[in-house]
Amino acid sequence: MKRTDRMAESGPASNIKGIDYTGKKISMWIFLYTELLFFGCMFLLYAIFRSQYAAEFHISAKEEDIVLGTINTFVLLTSSCFIAISIAAIRQGKKRVSMWLQFATILCAVIFLTIKYFEWNAKIVKGIYPNSDILLGMGNGEILFFGLYYVMTGIHGLHVLIGIIVIALMVYYTHKDVITAVEFAKLENTGLYWHFVDIVWIYLFPLFYLVT
Amino acid sequence: MNKENEDTSFYTDSGRYRGILAWLMSTDHKRIGLMYLGALLSFFSVGVLLGVLIRLSLIAPGTIFNAQQYNQLFTIHGVMMIFLFIIPGIPVAFGNFLLPIMIGANDVAFPRLNRFTWWLYLTGALIILLALLLKGGPPDTGWTFYAPYSIETKTNVTLAVFGVFILGFSSIFTGLNFVTTIHRMRTRGMSWFRMPLFIWTLYATGWVQVLATPVLAITLVFIILGRFFGIGFFDPSRGGDPLLYEHLFWMYSHPAVYIMVLPAMGIISEVIPVFARKKIFGYHAVALSALAIAIVGYLVWGHHMFTSGMSDTARVIFSFITFLVAVPSGVKIFNWVSTLYKGSIELSSPLLFALSFIFLFSVGGLTGLIIGSLAPNLHLHGTYFIVAHFHYVMFGGAGFSFLAGLHYWFPKMFGRMYNEKRAKIGWFFLFTGFNVLYFSMFILGYQGMPRRYFEPPPQYHGWELISTIGSWLLATGLITIFNNLIRGLFSGEKAPANPWGGRTLEWTIQSPPPAENFKESPVITGNPFGHEKDRQNG
Amino acid sequence: MQIMDKPNITAYKTYISVWMALCILLAITIAVVKFNLLAHFSVAGSLFIASIKAGLVLYYFMHLRHEDRLVKGTLIVAVATLTLLIILTFSDIWYR
Repeated sequence: MKRTDRMAESGPASNIKGIDYTGKKISMWIFLYTELLFFGCMFLLYAIFRSQYAAEFHISAKEEDIVLGTINTFVLLTSSCFIAISIAAIRQGKKRVSMWLQFATILCAVIFLTIKYFEWNAKIVKGIYPNSDILLGMGNGEILFFGLYYVMTGIHGLHVLIGIIVIALMVYYTHKDVITAVEFAKLENTGLYWHFVDIVWIYLFPLFYLVT
Repeated sequence: MNKENEDTSFYTDSGRYRGILAWLMSTDHKRIGLMYLGALLSFFSVGVLLGVLIRLSLIAPGTIFNAQQYNQLFTIHGVMMIFLFIIPGIPVAFGNFLLPIMIGANDVAFPRLNRFTWWLYLTGALIILLALLLKGGPPDTGWTFYAPYSIETKTNVTLAVFGVFILGFSSIFTGLNFVTTIHRMRTRGMSWFRMPLFIWTLYATGWVQVLATPVLAITLVFIILGRFFGIGFFDPSRGGDPLLYEHLFWMYSHPAVYIMVLPAMGIISEVIPVFARKKIFGYHAVALSALAIAIVGYLVWGHHMFTSGMSDTARVIFSFITFLVAVPSGVKIFNWVSTLYKGSIELSSPLLFALSFIFLFSVGGLTGLIIGSLAPNLHLHGTYFIVAHFHYVMFGGAGFSFLAGLHYWFPKMFGRMYNEKRAKIGWFFLFTGFNVLYFSMFILGYQGMPRRYFEPPPQYHGWELISTIGSWLLATGLITIFNNLIRGLFSGEKAPANPWGGRTLEWTIQSPPPAENFKESPVITGNPFGHEKDRQNG
Repeated sequence: MQIMDKPNITAYKTYISVWMALCILLAITIAVVKFNLLAHFSVAGSLFIASIKAGLVLYYFMHLRHEDRLVKGTLIVAVATLTLLIILTFSDIWYR
């Protein structure tokens, strides 16, 4: 069955249309593998430092606000659901429903970043940030924990921000009928990206908030 | 027939743009491949010049450069040769130009992404250039940017590292593009085991690019974060560990050498059967060995760190896996030689370079086994033995294969022939110079001369001098070779579609190819790499 | 013709059920830590539950259930690669 669409694609006409749907999807998965390795190495560092400074990591994790962290996790899970349904919607031709759900996803992402801002602020105000005198006055384990915290949630947050911009673009494309019930690869790939961002947070949450 | 050549090839501008913009904005894989080729060779030339200067400095230290400048010299030589030449290397030049044609497609899966990788490459190169010119000066850390020095040095490490970061994305997207293209755009009848072997290596390389480069990306981010925000993952005073930098760095940089050498091996697999007039010995083994090298080669990075303070357990494991990776490499060498056996040999310049590859890569590979063994490594790590080893595999291997590919596909890409005799003269100086230059380094290393030293102690002066003379011979060879090719470009005789009698798809279309590679998609019947009686497609 | 290779459209109900499961798992994770249900294995337990959540997102939201062997296979390759990197690095860290 796979060969059918590929054989139909062989020949000059295929190159006017471009790569097939399966190709677009595979390429997005491959891109996600690069992200997996990118974040994975940060998790590797976390694992190494935690194995060396388990007690200090426990103590430092108490700085984190579990309530805010839980809310953020819930917000991201919900946003994942929204964008997943938005794809099902457009595939059934329900353009407005899809656009609203995409917009809801963006809203969730904005809430996430806002809460993140408050979390970071709470620590910075206390003098806990990379290279601060207060942080450097703490033990090595604490310095590493907060270094990892800022780097990992920071880079994750950057990915959330990029996601917002990309999903906003998808809202525009849906509006302009570039994304349709038949041609929805862009939205599906955006969804894949967003779910990946969600999965990274699913792991970040216990490692920084729940190791008490 | 001939009048079609220049008139209707891909060199003719069509579409919205004219002139240089028609090239910079082109999504045609052939134009992108050629632009990459030009850029690569330009940076290679600068790298060669830097190499010649390094050798000059070593025989008269302090007369041209001081110690600090010497550090910067070998750093830039490494950064340019590795990140601007040999890693993008064969995939972006020959892969781009030939992959779609060899699988019977009209372009890659994502032509606009392809163009984006070219722009990323230019951007990365520009940023590295800025790192050379701006206040602070070029980095002096070595191309390996080891922490803690890379975090502390006042030179332009941040810029250089950011440039490499951008180049990394160029590499990732190229790999992604090629893997998808090979999966989805092979022409009718071209199953996996009817693909040319060059494509197999591009496939394996694509996966390495995708899975290894992100590790470099995050490592470089950590350097920048360390320099700007005091993030001390590699700083013991902040609980960190410099060894972790080495782990992360080599997790990419070892697979990177397979990005360099796998496509090179693919070229050899193309050239040898054509000029031995015999199909490749053991097609399946050669194809699968590419995958095996990619997989096993991913797991050996610790052999760069045997003297760094790693645990004994880790050292034994990495040494063992390092020995394993020699096996699929050996399979390829064996099969190439077996292809030559009882073949009808035509010693044209592409074959000459390919044969050189077999010899030089074998020397490099065998010495790799020496330094992959734990006990010798203690003596040889950080000496000229290592420098010799990697130049044999990277330059003698990938570099010579690059030249083999250039001489093999030159008629196809440019529609012209070069002078065969001058090519061979150039080869002679290159090959001789290469061995004088680098074999001396094996001796120097064995005698204990450390690498990256500004001032060789007097007892090493003899072999240092011989090595430097080798560098002059080598440079003469390179100048001859490129002079020949450039002359061929402008005044060589027009090339036919298939000057060498090749059997892969690129030889079935005109030289240079038309903008749209195939008017009708070729259909592959029979197995071009199978037994003679199975072959129906020429 | 192109629609042949595209997966079935998942029902809204399925997505919502998965979302509810994810929320429940989140609650369980918090409970495990707050009430110290697994003592020493708190962190391992949290990560285990996190993996189930990730698995649900992969299988249902990311449509892995509909995907062919290529996507599933390459995902395994990518995860295996990361796993091997981690294991080999720890062969150094743990045995120094």
